[in-house]
Amino acid sequence: MKKYIALFRIRFINGLQYRAAALAGLTTQFAWGFMEILSFSAFYRANPAAFPMEFSHLVSYVWIQQAFLALFMPWGVGGNAVETIVSGNISYDLARPMDIYNRWFFETIADRVSRATLRCAPILILASILPLPFRMKLPSDLFQFSMFLISVPIAMFAVTAYCLIDYMSAFYTMSRYNAIFVIVADFFAGGYIPIPFFPEPVRKIAELLPFAAMQNMPLRIYSGDIAGMDAVYGIGLQLFWVTVMIAFGKLLMRRSLKRIVTQGG
Amino acid sequence: MKLYFKYFSIHLKSQMQYKATFFLNFFGRIVMSFATVASVLFMFTRFNQVDGFTVSQILLCTSVVSMAYSLAEVFARGFDIFPRLLGNGEFDRILVRPRGIIFQVLASHIEFLRLGIFIQAVAVLLYAIPNSGVIWTGDKIVTLLLMIFCGAAVFFGLYIIYTSFAFFTTEGLEFMNILTHGGREFGRYPYVIYGDGILKFLTYIIPLALIQYYPLLYLLDRAQSKLYMFMPIISLLFLIPSYSFFLIGLRRYKSTGS
Repeated sequence: MKKYIALFRIRFINGLQYRAAALAGLTTQFAWGFMEILSFSAFYRANPAAFPMEFSHLVSYVWIQQAFLALFMPWGVGGNAVETIVSGNISYDLARPMDIYNRWFFETIADRVSRATLRCAPILILASILPLPFRMKLPSDLFQFSMFLISVPIAMFAVTAYCLIDYMSAFYTMSRYNAIFVIVADFFAGGYIPIPFFPEPVRKIAELLPFAAMQNMPLRIYSGDIAGMDAVYGIGLQLFWVTVMIAFGKLLMRRSLKRIVTQGG
Repeated sequence: MKLYFKYFSIHLKSQMQYKATFFLNFFGRIVMSFATVASVLFMFTRFNQVDGFTVSQILLCTSVVSMAYSLAEVFARGFDIFPRLLGNGEFDRILVRPRGIIFQVLASHIEFLRLGIFIQAVAVLLYAIPNSGVIWTGDKIVTLLLMIFCGAAVFFGLYIIYTSFAFFTTEGLEFMNILTHGGREFGRYPYVIYGDGILKFLTYIIPLALIQYYPLLYLLDRAQSKLYMFMPIISLLFLIPSYSFFLIGLRRYKSTGS
């Protein structure tokens, strides 16, 4: 465990170096969140009764989503895992006394946390001083807030475990990115529009899929859209999917490593 | 032009080397770009109009912007990787060759994968054309074509600006994404729904509304004036400041030396 924590620290500190990139990134994310809210408010104006969430819930959803984007996005982090597979450098990693799955897992998480650390504070501060319809509210009570805090890391583990499965597909395809993998996860985790906006039958299914264990859960718990006991059940569902995905990932890793052939050099 | 076609066919051949991967990714792109359309359709299962636009009218808008964007992306992809050319010194080679700089940057990379988005957008457009309630006459068709091609030009201009920033920072700037990628993503709805401020910004500063919202009004007969029809042509003026910005950057260029 200690070596993984050390690995996490190295990656985390390394990630903190990119401050200018973070500044550019957070400007984009702030503008992005603002536009999202504006588009939803147009729909709200069109027909408030058809709006499936409270508007203030939606506003908090969008701001938390933008502030912690790096924690939950199913793309663009820990990509050098794929590179080691394609380039064959993975043979070095195999020689190290470290489980590769765990190593990638911790590296990806370190990337996520360091990026989010740099970016979240300014967005959160700005979002909480904006004029009213756009202002992000605090969770309704301490219970809701603590449920949110529990839900965040589990969602991050879920999306990371999912990404690792995606990376491992490079053992078979030798290609870098699987756009479909990314887009399906992003869509069904509520990255485009929150799950409550899905039409009824799709929504019911989407609530149970592994993607619901990703950003969907913490964002909706924070905003108050999922409250009380529902939040507890939600976290239960998250734990279930995280366990399944990590178990599957480790199995896949063992199988892939068995058939790997390193060609000298 | 002949030379460009030569480059064109070389890029096509090289990207076709791994056929299975190419078509897999190509298909992936098509599915991927449907996510945006799906989100529009999902919203309209609850709401039947937004600011007076029906779902087919919105899809008309979505597909036109996607097409414009993807055309710009296929051909201006070279600009997207331009910061890398600056970083690794490749750009010095471009400078010493006896051909236009913009031409060479354009020819340095053509991304056929991005045509996936275009094909998806054509499919959506074919659905939207009969359902949008537009009475299609000659001038409406011209308007539609103007929207697509001038739109591509505006996105192209945005790519040039994105690239030019790289002269100053040797790195691409992420905040430009809100205009390029964001312009497309938020262009799925007519820009008017984002309110007055945003519409003004997108009319006078970055003329994306000129290729989307105003001609759309003309298509839907909400505005009769021919001016609205030719708005996309006015948007081409945007290429002037973006090109001059590129030239300013170029004058400041110092090799990284690597």
